[in-house]
Amino acid sequence: MKGAATKELNAEEIQKQIERFPRVFSDTFKVRAIRWVSGVGVASILLYSLNRFGFFSEKFYGSLGKMAIMFGQMFPPTHGGQFWEYVDAIGETLSMALIGSLIGGILALPLAFMAAKNFNPIRALQFGTRRFADVLRAADYMIWGLIFVRAMGLGPIPGIMAIAIIDTGILVILYSEAIENIDNKQIEGVKASGGSMLEVIRFGVMPQVMPVLLTNALYMFESNVRAATILGIVGAGGIGFLLSDNLRAFEFSNALTIILMIIVVVYIIDYGSRKLRERYIRGDDYLQGDENIKKRSFFGRVLAKLTRPFSS
Amino acid sequence: MTAEAITPEKIDAVAHFEATRAAYMTRKRAYAFIFWVAFFICLGVSVIHTDFNIFTIIEKLPGTTSFVVKSYSAFSSWENFWPELYDWYWGFETWVDALFVSLLMAFTATVVGTTIGGLLSFVASRNLMKKYWLYFMVRRTLEIARTVPDIVWALIFIYPFGVGPLAGVLALIVHTTGAQGKLFSEVNENSDFKPVEGIRAAGGNWFEEIRYAVIPQVLPNFISYTFWRLALNVQAATVMGFVAAGGIGYELITAIRLLYFLDVGAILLMIIGTVFLIDIASEKMRHHFIGKETLSQ
Repeated sequence: MKGAATKELNAEEIQKQIERFPRVFSDTFKVRAIRWVSGVGVASILLYSLNRFGFFSEKFYGSLGKMAIMFGQMFPPTHGGQFWEYVDAIGETLSMALIGSLIGGILALPLAFMAAKNFNPIRALQFGTRRFADVLRAADYMIWGLIFVRAMGLGPIPGIMAIAIIDTGILVILYSEAIENIDNKQIEGVKASGGSMLEVIRFGVMPQVMPVLLTNALYMFESNVRAATILGIVGAGGIGFLLSDNLRAFEFSNALTIILMIIVVVYIIDYGSRKLRERYIRGDDYLQGDENIKKRSFFGRVLAKLTRPFSS
Repeated sequence: MTAEAITPEKIDAVAHFEATRAAYMTRKRAYAFIFWVAFFICLGVSVIHTDFNIFTIIEKLPGTTSFVVKSYSAFSSWENFWPELYDWYWGFETWVDALFVSLLMAFTATVVGTTIGGLLSFVASRNLMKKYWLYFMVRRTLEIARTVPDIVWALIFIYPFGVGPLAGVLALIVHTTGAQGKLFSEVNENSDFKPVEGIRAAGGNWFEEIRYAVIPQVLPNFISYTFWRLALNVQAATVMGFVAAGGIGYELITAIRLLYFLDVGAILLMIIGTVFLIDIASEKMRHHFIGKETLSQ
């Protein structure tokens, strides 16, 4: 380095700088100690659990061959003459996710106003609503599904209920955060011109929060589609029942067909939902050009074009 | 207003604005109309397909509430609170052990999956990987690992590895690898490219570019996502037992199948409490690390 602006420092000056700014040159003892202790802790728990779960046993390495055989049996994918039953079950899965998300998205709205600090003056009720929402989402989709199956019987209805409940729990938190972050000026404007509480919410709050609410609800729809594919494992409707049935009967090639169908459907839903969200947030004149596409090789360009709907 | 009327001399600005706006609004209304029609058609088909009926649900709701009430009617009076609590949690040792296995599964899967996914994420980032075919293969593999739900991976792994937590932890590892790899590669793609160019200009190879230019930028986000994934994995590990892949889920599904209501209530309370606490702790840690990031800028 021979730039005009740089000045050579001798050892003494460097030492002086280190003394002046010790934290720039090295972490404090406390930071290093925390790093070491947590590193050693994580490593020892990891070793303990890998040993407990049998990663170091003969059985584990013996089973790897069995797994290769299983993956071999998966190909080619077959459907055992039940293809349209699979399609029907996929349709049921999507239906469950749609109805569940709709119920959850609507139920969460009044609860979100209750859970928002700026709309609920009763602190205990506001806090209580939040914790209630936390409890709703603390149990997994499968747990709610199982409970509703036991109480309501088999079929898609318990699945819809499970999805609606978890959807409500998560959306209450997301919605109320959006409501807490709004600009107060518009509310004051509506109040100043004599608006009632409902009018304040309709004309002062909703226009501000609507994009956030809709994008969150759409995002939850995506994740509910994924959940709906597995709810059938406990008998709560959807493709999961056929999948677990085929896997338990060692019909691996049928199972592969179902898994591929799930992957395709989830990709399509994710893609559509992402496009809708982008469109809603950025307006309908939004057009995105792929700048990287010209820099790729011919093969890369073809691949990119073919897979563009699925790349993210 | 016809097209030839618009000449540079006599553009009526207001009329032009109104015309453009009217065209814009018509287009917007048309899109909204199409969207809502499509939405209601989908909803109608869904309602028919699932035989969804609000009255059936209302009819069956008392069954659900009585299920919940029966699960928590362990106490008869205040005087006998402690003995009844003791009776209620008769299987406490078994349940705590099963819950511990669930937590251990989540922890192991998070650490192993994040390590593998984190390493692969640099190959799966479009801006860091110049070989398109390699990027493509790794990215798609990660996406498949992520799209297939963890419980399906567990059902697959049950066959070669047998029932027990090994299949469950492998399932969680595969899913975590996919999810973390995809999220991390998105973080990498959003990172600033100037430090990478700096390292390259100073003669660094690919690994040095990653180590000294990318990792310092993305590490706080990686850590934040890891704590989030830990909370999600704890939740997932509690239901792995439903397919006999280890953890507390097996105790829960047995109790529900045999209709041991009080056991269901007791185990559910343990699961919800644990997930709740892990969630709060994970949130705290995330804020801690993300806060550090914003402080340093």
